Amino acid sequence: MTDTVSIVIVSHSADVAKGAADMVRQMVGEEVRVAFCGGNGDGGLGTDVAAILSAIESVYTPKGVAVLVDLGGAETNSEMAIEMLPEEQGANVRICNAPIVEGAVMAATEAAGGAALAVVCATAEDFQS
Amino acid sequence: MTVVPIRRLIEAAETAITAHAEELTALDQAIGDGDHGLNMLRGFKAVRESAEEIAGLPFGKALQKAGMTLVMKVGGASGPLYGSLLMAMGKAGEEAPGDATRLAEVVGAGVEAVKARGKSDVGAKTMLDVLAPVQAALAGGAGIAAVRAAADDGLAATEAMRATKGRAAFLGERSVGHLDPGARSSALLVHAVCDVLEEE
Repeated sequence: MTDTVSIVIVSHSADVAKGAADMVRQMVGEEVRVAFCGGNGDGGLGTDVAAILSAIESVYTPKGVAVLVDLGGAETNSEMAIEMLPEEQGANVRICNAPIVEGAVMAATEAAGGAALAVVCATAEDFQS
Repeated sequence: MTVVPIRRLIEAAETAITAHAEELTALDQAIGDGDHGLNMLRGFKAVRESAEEIAGLPFGKALQKAGMTLVMKVGGASGPLYGSLLMAMGKAGEEAPGDATRLAEVVGAGVEAVKARGKSDVGAKTMLDVLAPVQAALAGGAGIAAVRAAADDGLAATEAMRATKGRAAFLGERSVGHLDPGARSSALLVHAVCDVLEEE
């Protein structure tokens, strides 16, 4: 399972994060590992650095982890979480500048074929609806 | 070695945020996602709960611990932004700054960290529009009254600015005419710190 890039989905909403992950699983299958998190520590809308960190750690592989985020704070908090990983792991984790749902599906599709992290992110980022 | 009343600073900061949480939320509802008051409240309450532990640490470690608590607890972009501010200040100043020049250096390291974390700079309608002028005032040897004035002027200037960062950037021209909530919370915190240091 560790020969594919993993996907992490970070939304302000736990429902959006789970929904996006469900879509990835249904459309791409189980061969790509997907983790998701959403909401702040109190169960409201927001993002939580600790939750992002553990989501990344739960699917981490040296092959790489592509992180899809929704809005402002999700990106800032994801950057923070990546910096809190050990340096050699953080180097293998990248935030994709792509729409969260479409980007996650495109990234996972590319990852399923065994592509490298840079290719996975480029595919998600090039996606035009 | 200068003794900084860390515990009183924490209490003053938390009190200021608690007293103005609704105002911060109202400002954020106008141009953001309306969570700034609650997020800051969650973060600063967590810092206050750890006040005893934090106050027992050396100056630099205390700032880093407070910053990390904000990062982990706030739940919005302001967590990493304020967290990076304090953590960078803590790294730049292991011991409490002994004079104004040194204080300006330590705060300067924090301001640079906020710029890097937010990929932003002065003039983008953010907390930097308060923090950078405050740092400049400190570097210029300003007294406490002038530092407060720098914060207030910086905050007031955000009203006419057009946001290019954060959620408010989506609003473009419609963000003009509102104070920036992050600049407001920064001004509150600068005032809280000034009040404590003045009483010393």
